[in-house]
Order: sequence, then structure tokens, then C-alpha cells
Amino acid sequence: MTAPARIEAEIQSGGGTWRFPASRPLRLDSGATLAPLEIAYKTYGALNADKTNAVLVCHALTGDQHLASTHPVTGKPGWWDRFVGPGKPLDPTRHFIVCTNVIGGCMGTTGPASIDPATGEPYGLKFPVITIADMVRAQAMLIEDMGIETLFAAVGGSMGGMQVLQWAADYPEKLFSAVVIAAAARHSAQNIAFHEVGRQAIMADPNWCGGAYLQAGVRPEKGLAVARMAAHITYLSEAALQRKFGRELQRDGLSWGFDADFQVESYLRHQGASFVDRFDANSYLYITRALDYFDLAAQHGGVLAEAFVRARHVRFCVLSFSSDWLYPTPESRDVVRALNGAGCRASFAEIETDKGHDAFFLDEPLLDQTLKGFLAAQAQARGLYRRGLD
Amino acid sequence: MTRVREDFAEILKLVRPDARVLDIGCGEGELLELLTREKSADGQGLEISPEGVAACLARGLAVVQGDGDRDLDHFPSRAFDYAILSKTLQQMREPKHVLSELLRIADQAVVSVPNFGHWRVRWALLSRGRMPETGALPEPWWSTPNIHLCTLRDFVGLCDDLELRIDACASLADGRPARPIDPRAPIENWRAETALFLLSRKAEAQPAAAAGQQNLFGEVEPPRPQSAGPQPARPQPARARTAKAARKR
Repeated sequence: MTAPARIEAEIQSGGGTWRFPASRPLRLDSGATLAPLEIAYKTYGALNADKTNAVLVCHALTGDQHLASTHPVTGKPGWWDRFVGPGKPLDPTRHFIVCTNVIGGCMGTTGPASIDPATGEPYGLKFPVITIADMVRAQAMLIEDMGIETLFAAVGGSMGGMQVLQWAADYPEKLFSAVVIAAAARHSAQNIAFHEVGRQAIMADPNWCGGAYLQAGVRPEKGLAVARMAAHITYLSEAALQRKFGRELQRDGLSWGFDADFQVESYLRHQGASFVDRFDANSYLYITRALDYFDLAAQHGGVLAEAFVRARHVRFCVLSFSSDWLYPTPESRDVVRALNGAGCRASFAEIETDKGHDAFFLDEPLLDQTLKGFLAAQAQARGLYRRGLD
Repeated sequence: MTRVREDFAEILKLVRPDARVLDIGCGEGELLELLTREKSADGQGLEISPEGVAACLARGLAVVQGDGDRDLDHFPSRAFDYAILSKTLQQMREPKHVLSELLRIADQAVVSVPNFGHWRVRWALLSRGRMPETGALPEPWWSTPNIHLCTLRDFVGLCDDLELRIDACASLADGRPARPIDPRAPIENWRAETALFLLSRKAEAQPAAAAGQQNLFGEVEPPRPQSAGPQPARPQPARARTAKAARKR
């Protein structure tokens, strides 16, 4: 089978793992190359004859390609299941939806747990440091092999939103519209600080073994769980934590010890413990590093608007959440200002919610309504629904 | 087609085809949609309410959630051919600043204001000695969003202060067609209930900065060196929403 025929067969079956031969390495920002490269991805819906209805959904730090399909490890619905389906903002009856696991990830795309062809052992810390731009470059290679010249939309929240911004900067000619939710154009000192806590927790776990834990047959589960617990606090607002847990106790009375007396403690421990089942500690190190290195303005002489000058034809929708203190509204406004400054068509809304950064996974009717309206209007502008679909 | 609002019909006449238009306080985007359809305008809205923003997005309009009092500063200079501010200037905290901002952002501004010098207003004040409640100013003093009311003569005075040129002026009244007026004629300060102005800068137009040469805030400046030094303070987040601003629509 030729490459296009093979990838078409994969698409027909809803996704797979696309392998680029060693002759097509991924060139990284660091100067290193990654080969052979594998990208694990899922698809929903069918690509139309003109190949104009493709939507790339970019996942967040600990997300993966299982956008709207049962997660093979946890057995839970996909991370944005709520958003995908007939009549929903992402509609497989109209859109061809692609979601890839980012490079450095641990759900099938080449990452630190993959086998290093040079040694025959897992990469571990021999895996090169990656950036958001590297993730996007890999996605662009896959999209190219699928024969898609232009994405109808690139959509993402949090780190996914950063990838969308990077798409607009690096491949504007391949974008028709872009949706950036709860993201920022750079990582702030506070963002980096929280990530450093997480990384230190992992590296302080004796089972981390200098990154070579797979060879040692152990896993730094405790460190990774603590990293997840610290990060999880940043995904929720104070108000949401208070509303959900307050000072409620797990049992009647205090233990007068260090068990999880408070419900919030128990919740965080559960978040940490369940995370380690589905995530690789080294992937966490590499992907948080990629986020920390992200600074789109710095890539363009310190002027964010410069990143978007080639994207004037792209229609942008930028959304933030009022109680998100991880990537707060002013970060999104900076992006919108830069888009305006570059002469791009940009829309922006701040969605009023007390659910914090994680609101983009949750039931937030105004988010659905806003995104659905935006994508429907873009589809009309793109001429997507003309053939009896609407 | 449903009947077009009188002020919209007048604005439609003023705006030339294919223009870039910023509508401040665009609500659910009725005017922008009209301008897009009738004048193939390239429109952008600024709207404070999330519901209005969502409605605009569903209409395929580009809209930024924000407050005209605070967020005009974020738009680059001369990014638009027209900035439209319909019956809201008198609700702004700093009308003078807003007016000059409109003409920084756009080559021309379309501004409508209720005339406090209208005879009905004068009569209500004179005869009853109370704050007037008229068709153009329907709310009682304690709930009106209008905090900076002016007469036609006051507004013309402000335009003179800011060295703005009045390119066109029309008197608007409910249910009647708009009537072109000379805003400096004393009689119009009695007769016009609401006045719609097309304004531009008197001074020779500055050449527009090419997009992309501007920084985040729309100013042209050399790239900042990447240093670890303290960052300049950023504008305050648009969070506190005043009751006044919320009523603006």
C-alpha cells in the first residue's frame, strides 16, 4: 500500500499510529532531530472530498488523542466527549476531527518512554527537550500526509490553545480559523514556578532513578502523584474548591494524625493516585518544560503582534474564564490586542464562571454556545454545509 | 426585510462600501450585520455583555468583549475607516478621551448624542423644575445611565476643542426620517432631539503604521530587549463591571 492509501485506511478506522520513516525526521527547536517518529491519533467523522472540513483539536498538558472515545487505560469517556457529537460544537457529521497525542507524550506518540533506536532502551532523559513549536511541527507533518492543505479550524484549550497560537504563527497558510481557549502567549513566572514544584517532586522520588526507572522496573508514582496534586490546585478556583469541599471531613471527627481528614485532601490524593496509572513521569517533565519554554513574542523579536502578521486571513476566537488564575483573562487580552495590532480578525469573550481553568472541560453553556456559534459561522464562510448537509 | 432603525439607516448612508468599521457597544450585532450585508463592510464589534458577544459570534461577526470606557486604548491607531458610537458617549466616564480615541483608532467617527438643549428638555426643566424625562432621555435621574449629558452646542464645542471636523450632521427623531442640519445653527440646538455626527481629524492625516510594526498595545516602538528586568505594569484586567457599563446596551 502507498503511504496515502495506508493513512486513508487508518482514518477509515478512526485513527492509529502514523510512523514516519527515519528518512523523515522531526527537526526540533533545540537543534536535535527525532527519528523515527510515531504519532498516535484519533479521528472522528469523515474528510469531505475537497478536504476542507478538517478540525485539529490540540490537547492540554495531560490530555491525549482520546478526545471523544473511551480511554483505553481509565475506561472513562474522552476528555472532551461533552463537546463532540451530532449537534455539538465539534460535529462528526460535519467536521473531520483529528486529535493527536503530542510528541513527548505517553499514549503512543514518540516520547521519553519510547525505545531509543540508538540504544534499544527507553529514551528516558536521552529524549531531546521539546517545545510547543516542535509539537505543532509534528502535527503539521501528519496533516500533510493526510493530504489536508488547510485546516478548517485548529481548536485547543490551555496547552492546546498555545499550540493553536503556534499554528497561527508557523503555518498560517494552513489555517482557516483558530479557537484559543484559556491559554496564553507565554508562561508566566508563576506558571513556571508551579511546574518546577511538580518536576522536583518527580525527581525527588527515589524510584525516578535519574529518569531510567523503566529499565529498573519501577515507577516514581509518589513523585508524579504529588506533581499532579500541586498542579490540580491551579486548575480550580478558590471559590470552586470552597464550594465543592469547604472544610468537610471524610469521617466523623478528626483523626489527630495525618490521614486525609478533609475531603479536599482525599480528593487531591485520589487525583494524584489515578493520574499515575495513565501518565508517564518523564513525559510530565518534558511537556511541562515545553510549556515553560513557550514565549511566542520572544520568537518574534519580543513583539507578539509580529507572530501573527502572516495570519491576517485567519479568523480567531479567543476565550478566557473569569476565575482562571493559571492563564488569567489579561493573558488572553494580550493575545487579542496583538491579533488586532497585526490586523487579524479576532473575537474575544471572557466567560463568567467560578470553575477556574478547568472550566473548559466542564459544563459551561456559554462556552458551548459561543464556540458552536463561531464554528457554524466559519463553516458558512468556508462554504462547508452547502452539499445538503444543512 | 424589517424596517431599519432610523439611526442605522442614516449610518448606512454615511459609511462607504468595503470600509473597516468598529462598532462600540455593538449589542447583538444588528448594525454590523447590516453594514456587512449592505456595504460589504469589514466589521469588528466591541461589546460588554457575554450574551451579546455570543450572539455576534453566531452571526459570524468579529467581536471583542470589552468596555468602551477602558478598552479602546487596546486598538491600534487607524485600524479602521469608521468608529461608530451610537447614543453612548453621554454614558462614558470620560467622553472627551473616548472621542479622541475614536479618531485615533479610525479615520472617521460616527457619533450620536441626545441633545439636552432640545426644547422639550428645556421646557420640562423650566416648567416643572425637575430633571426631564423625554423620548430621547426616558429614565429618571436616579437610574439613568447618562452621566455626561450635553447640548448640541456643547458637543460642537468639544469637537472644536479636540480640533475635529464635522463632516456631516443629521437630526434624528423617533419615527421620522433623519434631517441634515447645520449643528452650529442656534435653532437646531432647540429643534434636534438627537444628533448624529460624522467626524474626522482636522490635522493632516498621519500615515498609518503598517500592521505588525506595532507592539501589543498598538504603538510603534522598537522591539524591547529580552531582559530579565521587571516588566512594565499591564493595564488592569477588565473584571469589575460597573452597573453603568452593564446598562450601556
